[in-house]
Parts: sequence; structure tokens; C-alpha cells
Amino acid sequence: MKNRRVWAFLCDLALCVGLLTVGSLPGSGLSGISTAAPVAVPSPVLINAAGATFPQPIYSKWFDTYHQQHPDVEFNYQGVGSGAGIRQTTEKTVDFGASDMPMTDQLLADAKKNLGCDLLHFPTVLGAAVPTYNIPGVTAQLKFTPESLSNIYLGKITKWNDPAITGPNPGVKLPDTDIVVIHRSEGSGTTFIWTDYLSKVNPEWASKVGHNSSVNWPVGLGGKGNEGVAGLVKQTPGAIGYIELIYVIQNNLSYGLVQNSSGKFIKADLASVTAAAATANMPADFRVSITNAPGNAVYPISSFTWLLIPSHIPDGTKRDDIKGFLKWMLTDGQKYTEALAYAPLPKAVVAKELKQIDRIQ
Amino acid sequence: MASSNTAVGVRLPSAPRGRWRWLGGTKGVDLIARLVTLLAALSVLVVTVWLVVDLWQKSSLPRHQFGFRFLVDRVWDPVFGHFGALPFVYGTLVTSAVAMVISIPLGVGAAIFLAELAPRGLSDTLTFFIELLAAVPSVVFGVVGVFVVVPWVRTSFGPLLKDVLGFTPLFQGPDYGVGFLTAGLVLSIMVLPFIVSISREVLLSVPVELREGALALGSTKWESTWKVVVPTARTGILGSIFLALARALGETMAVTMVIGNTPKIVASLFSPGYSIAAVIANEFTEATGDLYLQSLVELGLVLFGVTLVLHALARLLVSATAQKARGAV
Repeated sequence: MKNRRVWAFLCDLALCVGLLTVGSLPGSGLSGISTAAPVAVPSPVLINAAGATFPQPIYSKWFDTYHQQHPDVEFNYQGVGSGAGIRQTTEKTVDFGASDMPMTDQLLADAKKNLGCDLLHFPTVLGAAVPTYNIPGVTAQLKFTPESLSNIYLGKITKWNDPAITGPNPGVKLPDTDIVVIHRSEGSGTTFIWTDYLSKVNPEWASKVGHNSSVNWPVGLGGKGNEGVAGLVKQTPGAIGYIELIYVIQNNLSYGLVQNSSGKFIKADLASVTAAAATANMPADFRVSITNAPGNAVYPISSFTWLLIPSHIPDGTKRDDIKGFLKWMLTDGQKYTEALAYAPLPKAVVAKELKQIDRIQ
Repeated sequence: MASSNTAVGVRLPSAPRGRWRWLGGTKGVDLIARLVTLLAALSVLVVTVWLVVDLWQKSSLPRHQFGFRFLVDRVWDPVFGHFGALPFVYGTLVTSAVAMVISIPLGVGAAIFLAELAPRGLSDTLTFFIELLAAVPSVVFGVVGVFVVVPWVRTSFGPLLKDVLGFTPLFQGPDYGVGFLTAGLVLSIMVLPFIVSISREVLLSVPVELREGALALGSTKWESTWKVVVPTARTGILGSIFLALARALGETMAVTMVIGNTPKIVASLFSPGYSIAAVIANEFTEATGDLYLQSLVELGLVLFGVTLVLHALARLLVSATAQKARGAV
């Protein structure tokens, strides 16, 4: 008796599995019935993108707003990191990618080989990294020179009362305490901006450490994320760290001024960051580093972040939708940036990018 | 958990014979049950083998370029493409060791109290809370670590250790609050529930007759617990410890939040360090270039190897103590 019940159960199970399999086959009668009903509302075109986490808030805002204005397109953006974004775009698992670093020649060549077309860089917004510190008894806004910042991070300046730090800060009494250097532990665009800047202002840094999303740090502790670095700096007496400008603005943290290439000490804000993008010499492919850019009002530790769009998109609908979005993002979309504390693109860059949209075939 | 064949009372009326005996004979349901459970058991094996093969294949670049140097090199430099795993292996082993040193006595002690000495109601209540600890996501432990343990180590515990044990190389140098010691402390709290709840179950499963026998021979409650019950449950307790160790070796989130994330090999426990799991989680998403990415994959392979070696050693230890116990009887 018992055996027969079990057999019956197994038969039921087999039948269910069988039906499900048949039902999910494309073009089978069952699936035809289930999807035939809601034919009135066409499902939107789904475009997948993945990449940098730093611009994710503004990208989400853009994609969401654009979808509301154009219900027939929907973007799905995954903040998986710049490296993963470049990889997924190259391997065609997403329609386009996003990165906080311009791709290297090697990566671009790999992408071209895999995609069969170019991968175009489109700058979208700007970010910046700022120095933040915790020195017991010091509340003044400190001024940092390129020399002092790079030598602190090289481990050559170890005390807060080093002449390289006290020099530009007359009137601030700096104690004889050890400097605790804090950096980002995970690979990040902020680290890329920071190390790119240090490489430009200090040849020793360029040859010993170099610039990348993560590097072999000569000294210091790693905190995870902006919040991790900010937390460690806040907790550790004598600490210095670097944080993304947006995080600093949103959390009302105090931070130091940095001397730019014209010798002026500049406080990072949206205007001084956009200024860096305006004075930089923009190459045709938009792969440009704008750290230490020339100009009086320029904050020197700034950078673009990019969308990476293949120059050939075979699917006509997707191509038109992506081109439409890019146009909107560069014009109307830019007005959403400042509310989220991102520095908008300078007008000249926007004009140049609008021309590049036509290269997408 | 010393099981013996004599304890198995009932045999099937028609015990199958022949080559396919292990399949349980051809009686309908039995056969199906055998096959289904066999499939389940095999799937574990398949996943493990597939994992190793996959990790092996996807790390071919650094394996060819660095060879065994990968295991002993101390430099991890993504900019210049120079990768070595030693500081990460060191950090993984040291933090796990610290965690085990703290959690083994605490966990086994708690299990003995809960199983043998505490009243049943209290024991069940406490066990419930301890098992609840196992359900807390690791990022929560990380946050508690950052906001509670790190300042405590920097301002109170660290200076205390320096005063008392400062003469040993383990407790010297500047104390930032983050480092091997803090990571080990946080890990010890995380693995504690594994040791306590499994050890308690194992102790409870020791037959009452053994306790009664010991008491009848004139031993005190503690003597019967320590000399009879605990040795009987030894294998299971060791099993719980190895499970805890495996968790400690692979823990990622909580460790990366409090270890300082600096690939260094320093004797001082106050020093910031790095662990294998932490560096993979930190750098995988932003890694560009094949060599960099594959070096991270190879780190995963190394972590697998470390776990395997420790587990093999653990097995040897278990069988050795089991033999010793058998010899003693």
C-alpha cells in the first residue's frame, strides 16, 4: 500500500516537472496561452549597464527620470565597480559600462578585439578627493601643499609639526604627534584620483607607487569605503585620510585646502571642480586626467567619471534609446547633478560629447 | 559520538547480497531513497571538485608567471603587476589563531556548563541566545567592531596588554585600534556560537549510564563531567572547533572592517594586517587587467589550500586522540 502511494506521488512529481518543462519551452502552446493576455501594454526595452559605484546615485536618478519621460525604455544599472564594469562591457554581458578611470590602451585594444568596434568614453559628471584629518586641539582648516601631501603618504613626513605642514599654516599650532595615514582599502575611483594626483606632483611617488584603483601603499591603514576612512580618521588622533567630496558635503565634514598648480590654496567645491574640467586640455577620445590642471580657481584633485559605450550597437532600438539618453543626459540631465553634490560638466565638454554621439552606429 | 555497530539493532529481513549490495537491494523505495541520497552526497563532491578546477584554470597566468614564489612573496603591487600572497596568508592564520585561543576555552567552558551543570530551563534559554548570535549578519559584527571594539582596544585593552605583556614581541609598537588583535577578538565572538551549541549537543548525547557509572564509583559531579563525559564527547567537541576555525578563516566583511587592510608581516598583534578573504572582497570588483584579476583568483585557491591543510591536520589530530582514548580504556 505504502509503496503504491509513494509511486503515485513520484508519478505526480514527474508529471509536474514534465509540464513545467514543456510550458517553458519557447513557442509551446502553454506559454503562448499565458503570455497572450497582456498584449495591450508593450514591455519596455531593457538596457543593461554596469560599472562604477561613485556615480551610481546620479545614474540612478538619471535612468529613473528618463524612464518616467520615456516609458518605453528602462535602464538597469548595477554598481559593481569600475573594473568589473569594463570587463562586463568588453565581454558583452551588459549593453554599456561605466568607469571612474579612463581605460588604458591595452584594455581598449582588448575591448576592440572582443567587441569588433571601439569603446567610446563619455564623461558624465565630476568628482574630487579631499584631505581630512583629526589633530587633537586643531580646529582650523589646514592648507596642504603637493609636497606635504605626497611626502605624508610616502611616509617621509611623520609628525604634524613638520615644517612642510606648518609653513603654509602660520598661526595654527600643530602638535608634535605622529601622523597616522589612512587610505581606502578596496579598489576605488577615489584612490585612483588621489594616487593620480600624487604621481603628477611627486616623481618619487610616480616611480615607486604609481596610480591605480588600488596601489601598494608605502604607509598607513586601510578603511573600507568613504565611511570607513571617515570613521577611522574621526576615531584616530593624528590621522589623515582622503575622502570623496560628495561624502564630505553630505555629511558636513571639515577638510583641508590644497595648493593648485598656480600656487593658490583652493577649497574643493562644485565650482572649483568644474573649473578643473574646463581648463584641462581635452583629447578627442575624452580619456583625460584633470588632476593638477592649470588655472587659478582650479581644485587640483578632481576627475571625470565616464560611461563606456560601444561605437557599434547592432540592435537598432537599443542604439536609438542609448543615443537618446546620452543627448538628454548631456543637456537636461545635467541640471540634476548639483542637488546630489556632483560637479556638472563644463559647456565646452558637453558640446564636444554631443558630437561624439554621432559616432555610435 | 563513538558509534558502534552493535548499537544498530534491526537488520532488514532480506539483507541484499552481492556486488550491488551497497545500493540497498532492488526493493523499490529503498533503491530510490538510496539513489536520491547518493546523488545529494555526490553533488557536494562535484561542487567542491568543480570549484577547485575552476579556480585552478582561472589562475593560470599568475601560476605560470610567479610559480611558488606567489606563496612566499611579500609584495602586493597592482600598479607594477607584482603579486605575492604571504602577508595575506599570515594575516588569515594569525587572526584565526587569536580567535581560537579566545573562543575555545570560552566556548567549551560554556558548553560544559550548559550541558552538565546548569538547570535545564536556564540552559535552554542561554542556548537560544547563543544560537541567535550565529544568526547575526557578519557586517553587524563589523560595525560593532568599528564602533565598540576598536576604540576599546585602543584606549583600554591595548594599553593594559602593553603594561602586562609588553615584554613579548606580540604586544609592542603603536596601537591604532585596528589590527590582528581586534580582528581576532571580533572573530572569536562570531565563532563562539558554533563551538557552544554543537559541543553542548554532543555533551548532552553522552549516555546517562556513563555519568551514573562514574557517580556510582564515587566520583564527584565535576569528576564525572571532566573525566568521563568530556573525554567521551571529545571527537564531537573537536568537530565543533574545526567548524568554528573554518568560519574564522573565511570570514570577510567583519574582518576587513577592523583589520586595517595593510599587507604586513609583523609579530605585534597591534599591527594592522590583511586577510585573504578581505583582500579578495576589497579588490575584486575594481581589478583591471588579467594578471591582477587572476592573482586574486589564485588567492582564493590559496585560501582553499590553507583550509584543506588545516582540516587534514585536524583529522589527524582527531584520529590520534581517538586512538589514545581507545588505548587508555
